[in-house]
Amino acid sequence: MQVTITVNGVDQVRDVDPRTLLVHFLREELDLTGTKIGCDTSQCGACTVHLDGKVLKSCTLLAVQADGAAITTIEGLAENGEHHPMQTAFWENHGLQCGYCTPGMIMASAAFVRDNPGASEGEIRHYLEGNICRCTGYHNIVKAVKQVADAAAGA
Amino acid sequence: MTTRIFGSGIKRREDPRLITGEARYTDDIKLPGVLHMAVVRSPYAHANIVSIDSSVAEAMDGVVAVYTSEDIGDGLAGLPTAWLIPDSDLKTPEHPALAKGKVRYVGDGVAIVLADDRYRAQDAADAVLVEYEELPAVIDPEEAAGEGAPLIHDDVEGNIAFTWAPFDEDASNAVFDAADVVVSERILQQRLLPTAMETRAAMAQYNPATQELTLWCTSQNPHIHRFIISAVTGLNENKVRVIAPEVGGGFGSKIPCYPDEALVSWASIKLGVPVKWTETRSENYLITIHGRDHVQHVEMAASNDGKILGVRSTVYAGMGGYLSTAAPGIPTILHGLLYVGPYTIDSVYCKSIGVMTNGAPTDAYRGAGRPEATFLLERMVDNVAREIGMDPVEVRRKNLIPAFENGYDVAAGLTYDSGDYPAAFEKALGMAGYGDFRRQQKSAKAEGRYLGIGVTAYTEMCGLGPSQVAGAVGFQGGLWESATLRVTPTGKVQALIGASPHGQGSETTLAQIIADELGFPVDDIEVIHGDTTETPMGWGTYGSRTTPVTGAALAQASRKLKDKARVLAAHLMEANEEDIEYADGSFSVKGSPDQAQSIQEVALMAHLAWNMPEGMDPGFEESQFYDPPNFVYPFGTHIAIVEVDAETGEIDLQRYIAVDDCGPQINPEIVAGQIHGGVVQGVAQALCEGVVYDENGQLLTGSMMDYCMPKADMFPNFELGETVTPSPHHPVGVKGVGETGTIASTPTVYNAVLDALAPLGVKQIDMPLTSAKVWGAIQDARS
Amino acid sequence: MWPSKFDYVRAGSVDEALASAADGGKFLAGGHSLLPAMKLRLDAPEQLIDIGRIPELQSISANGGLTIGAAATHDAIATSADVQAMCGALASACGQVGDQGVRNFGTLGGNIAHADPASDPPTVLVAVGANVNIQGADGARSVGAEDFFLGLFETALDDGELITSVSVPDVSDHQSAYIKFPHPASRYAIVGVCVALKMDGAVCDHAHVAVGGATLRAVRCAGAEAALAGTTLDDAAVNAAAEAVKSDIAEDLIGDIAYPEAYRQQMAGVFLKRAIAAAQG
Repeated sequence: MQVTITVNGVDQVRDVDPRTLLVHFLREELDLTGTKIGCDTSQCGACTVHLDGKVLKSCTLLAVQADGAAITTIEGLAENGEHHPMQTAFWENHGLQCGYCTPGMIMASAAFVRDNPGASEGEIRHYLEGNICRCTGYHNIVKAVKQVADAAAGA
Repeated sequence: MTTRIFGSGIKRREDPRLITGEARYTDDIKLPGVLHMAVVRSPYAHANIVSIDSSVAEAMDGVVAVYTSEDIGDGLAGLPTAWLIPDSDLKTPEHPALAKGKVRYVGDGVAIVLADDRYRAQDAADAVLVEYEELPAVIDPEEAAGEGAPLIHDDVEGNIAFTWAPFDEDASNAVFDAADVVVSERILQQRLLPTAMETRAAMAQYNPATQELTLWCTSQNPHIHRFIISAVTGLNENKVRVIAPEVGGGFGSKIPCYPDEALVSWASIKLGVPVKWTETRSENYLITIHGRDHVQHVEMAASNDGKILGVRSTVYAGMGGYLSTAAPGIPTILHGLLYVGPYTIDSVYCKSIGVMTNGAPTDAYRGAGRPEATFLLERMVDNVAREIGMDPVEVRRKNLIPAFENGYDVAAGLTYDSGDYPAAFEKALGMAGYGDFRRQQKSAKAEGRYLGIGVTAYTEMCGLGPSQVAGAVGFQGGLWESATLRVTPTGKVQALIGASPHGQGSETTLAQIIADELGFPVDDIEVIHGDTTETPMGWGTYGSRTTPVTGAALAQASRKLKDKARVLAAHLMEANEEDIEYADGSFSVKGSPDQAQSIQEVALMAHLAWNMPEGMDPGFEESQFYDPPNFVYPFGTHIAIVEVDAETGEIDLQRYIAVDDCGPQINPEIVAGQIHGGVVQGVAQALCEGVVYDENGQLLTGSMMDYCMPKADMFPNFELGETVTPSPHHPVGVKGVGETGTIASTPTVYNAVLDALAPLGVKQIDMPLTSAKVWGAIQDARS
Repeated sequence: MWPSKFDYVRAGSVDEALASAADGGKFLAGGHSLLPAMKLRLDAPEQLIDIGRIPELQSISANGGLTIGAAATHDAIATSADVQAMCGALASACGQVGDQGVRNFGTLGGNIAHADPASDPPTVLVAVGANVNIQGADGARSVGAEDFFLGLFETALDDGELITSVSVPDVSDHQSAYIKFPHPASRYAIVGVCVALKMDGAVCDHAHVAVGGATLRAVRCAGAEAALAGTTLDDAAVNAAAEAVKSDIAEDLIGDIAYPEAYRQQMAGVFLKRAIAAAQG
């Protein structure tokens, strides 16, 4: 089946087997391998992207369901060659170690702070239940997200 | 003088590629013409294979081949066990890459399918018809070692793979017989799933013309993988190139060489095309090694006034269906030798029995043997305190080894390098406000609220380790590391290392060591690792050893280069060598500071070699092999404060204080990150993680729906402190810190919960402390 | 993970969807219950009929009560001012499904068609007496939520029938709450309790109580409701309700190794008390 999906601002027209998961479409068809697969069961959030601006676990959607939608992946988050503030905050606060959960973590957190500027530490920790990290113990991730949330509230 | 780079919490040099999604992990690498491998896996924990019919699968769209053990024949040797512990009557049953006639755990590979697409490979794998004759299964290691348990390997009598008991049992018994107090507990160190967020993956590409095999795989130790893949395929080691690209965490689970890596290699050799396999999380939970799995019978002897006299145990350690690469060393060498901990305990005894079961193979998981030792010690210290009616902090204080700077021999046979356990202990107690807490606890109790505190003092053995010791304890490899420090003509640095970091931030930490030694800007230093063809030999990243061992190799290589630079600089400036002063990457002549040569200028001149001192070779590159003279022994004290909701059994972790001493910290932010992550992993063992198999050996915790991975909302912000006690034998004094958090935190939180529950009469609960178990224990204690 | 092969049809209207369903297969709305099962190959329908783009199935309208389209997402329901006003407990329950990513795409219709006993919205729908509106080849029918959920992953839907919407009564004159005790791994409910209390001054005129998670389907709890009605919701009444709820759910209890039946039964009582307090707060 033919689909047209706008990925990081570029229209991608492809013929896909309907059973193709969106995450496989991104990784295999478009070679956008920044979006990861971590759990198979929609728990870990490594595959998080934005669909029409909304946070989505791309392992739990068929590519055909995304036909006509606009997807942003980690590769498309930076603007004009500048890191997104959430990318910068993760770097500055040591919010990552092995980096595998990081793209999903950043995509989820970026949308969260956009919608919840000034979020509290408790709200951030609660929100992150959909994103699992095995390395950092979350401490520095929470710190990074809080930094951006505080900045967003101040702006 | 600028801020010293050593000790500075700079941003990680790894991160730009990771925060943008540009890093390439194994599954991200694409090769044209690649075939995808799916593995047909046993649905039974123990069964004979009656027949395999792959005819339907072979005819399916896109399927190139289906192979079984019979097809492989002698094309692949069995996977070796590489830690052959001595004096233990060790048996090493054959571990074929695909099961031969019998499966021994759910997930054991039975056949492989190779197809042009991963979806179609799975379709065909589902269509391979395997007939099994199911056999009784056994999961509990103590039960598996008992009478009448089903025999898993014909050549492992009674399922006992080894019995390790190196200490003097009579002497231990004498101590216990004479002691005022003996406390005991049966401790269950439940199985855990390492759960690196990146599952395992492997892609092999064999070039028939050159007979070279390249294997990309998720490895913590590509040089060990090369060695084993060469051994099992029969290819010469110099024809095998193993590349660990970006690796998404390991925690020990990417040390072993697994059947899957051997199978993609064999299939690529057989078919002459690249072959790729990527593990699903479901597979990961079934087949990638599990951690822990001890049933421990532990006793501690003490005097009435709280002096700890001895500790002894009998440990049944579950090995699973096969002996994984390093498995025998974990519940033995890395466990029993740690029974003294930070205390003045004069008598230890450990009998560790390695038992084959129908679970997934176990092996090193973060801490590997040492968490299991620390837990039992700390648990028993609290039991002693309760038994004699002394505050557990007082018991610990009374038994801590006093500060020492250079060597302390303990009864378990180790020589600790340096430590000041009382300093870390008192610092942590101060941060926690121990006395105040005890008062709060009392008033909360009056309101019907149950608060508890747990305090753990620990030391551990890491930075593995002297190769002579490795040999003596049967480790089938060395434990040194090597590094090549290469400075280009333009003064940029490549540090090639044999170790293989996978999230630890070593590209940053190691660059900081070099920058500190030689004065190069840290941004001019690239640390290169993971490719056996590009990098010098090394034994890998595990056992908190990369900073201590590779770091030492790099410090020494840096010093060699600096020595060369000093001589060359003196020569170039026509000064006496003894008049050369070095500061911040610049060599100058004493008394005439205008006359100076930067390290970059010296490097260029060494490359040009236009004007070398007599006898000096050109070039600016040094290699260093470093074999540590001893292990390093980080230590510290962790404290947890919890509240238990007696109505539901829920546990609220309110505060977590960690004071760790890993010597001088090269990058405090990276050290803190290691502790944060380690603590969460250890706390999760206490509170929520645990593998559950049913009586037939079916995995009930087969996904993150059932296996409880710790989440952000379970934790407070951590309160970290440090003391700094350099290792006397290390060139820059550092100790490892990758595992301390995991080692210390499990007993800390466990003891805090049991402290909270003490007024209710609860004395023991098997981990993990789920709300249902806590609630059940409260009901049992009340009835 | 890789779902098995299937045919895919995108329906433009309910009629189109029903026509396609004559050939068998399953309806796909958000896919957040169905696709995970298909990825594990626990489910392998031969055809998927995508109803996610049918406009009428996505609307949430308020007209004396709520009519929530089957393809409305959990997030849309949780954040709808109408739902918050008319049935706060449902907004709360939908806001506790999965995580934000799941709520953005998972739908109410898909959720209830899946009938996972540990899911949150069914407990509220049963408590407040919602109706599930169903359309099939032979016409439309409406089934009370209590009769819709038959058991573990089992509903009153017949083959080829499609949930079009859910009608939820306006309970804005009730004090309501949904509280869940989440499983630490999946965050599904070990126990979920919904209460809606109609107060007449200090006296509880009547109460709606339902429990999910602990039971193989969401269960309306008549004993607990009776224990609360006519009381001032004093400790004695609340404790009596907490005892009664254990009997109300006794026949439908489920459990597993980690959270056995007896524990869940006890927790239903504990969380009923907490839900009553939350509703009043």
